[in-house]
Amino acid sequence: MDLGLAERTDAGWTVLTVSGEIDIATAPSLRERLHALLAEGKHKLIVDLDDVGFLDSTALGVLVGALKRARIDNGEVRIACAQPRVLKVFEITRLDSAFDLFDSVEGAVRGAQG
Amino acid sequence: MGDHIELVLPARPEFLAMVRAIVTLIAETGSKLPGPRIDDLRLAVTEAFANAIDAERRKPDDQRHVVVVRCDLDPDLVAVEVHDEAGGFDPDALTPHPDVTKPARLQFERGLGIPLMRELTDELEFRAEGGGTTVRLVLTAHLRG
Repeated sequence: MDLGLAERTDAGWTVLTVSGEIDIATAPSLRERLHALLAEGKHKLIVDLDDVGFLDSTALGVLVGALKRARIDNGEVRIACAQPRVLKVFEITRLDSAFDLFDSVEGAVRGAQG
Repeated sequence: MGDHIELVLPARPEFLAMVRAIVTLIAETGSKLPGPRIDDLRLAVTEAFANAIDAERRKPDDQRHVVVVRCDLDPDLVAVEVHDEAGGFDPDALTPHPDVTKPARLQFERGLGIPLMRELTDELEFRAEGGGTTVRLVLTAHLRG
């Protein structure tokens, strides 16, 4: 099963919309795309997970890796998602405190939580 | 215990989505676990199966690479065992990572799977068995949190 990855820009942010299920089979394509974006100097990233039906710890690891790389260049990785199922995984692992989580891409662009 | 279902699957990432879909269907059919607990099971099984694939990857290519998934069903309880034949490991010997709230935690992209399984299950056991590791996940209908 392939992961959908669509990219656009919004007010200086690069928005990567992910669709599908992220696990060890599909996480490598997400990792590659995020690393490519960061290598291109796109350090202000919003990862839109609203169309993600499933996400595991491998996916979280990829996002942590991207956040770490972005911060080296004073960048930022924001997560946009309103799905309780996905947000729960961030909460259980307490990564909701490491990432800025927003309930929509619009909110992430504005920097307005909740 | 009620029904018992056993699956033998290739230890490859492309089978992971299938495993969680099948285990989800089994639990929905053979137990009364509520939706949120089925979601917890789906994630916990994915983590256990992914660990088994990782372990099997360390074996030589000419050996058999399979993972056995056993499901035991009761109306109010689902027990799933995920077994690999890859030599075994000691989860207690893993070096704890820094707390996620510490910047140093960002140095580690792995190591979230086992803590996640602990949070999602009512019972989690790792045991050495038959030249490998069996992870036993037990989830009850009781909602956590």
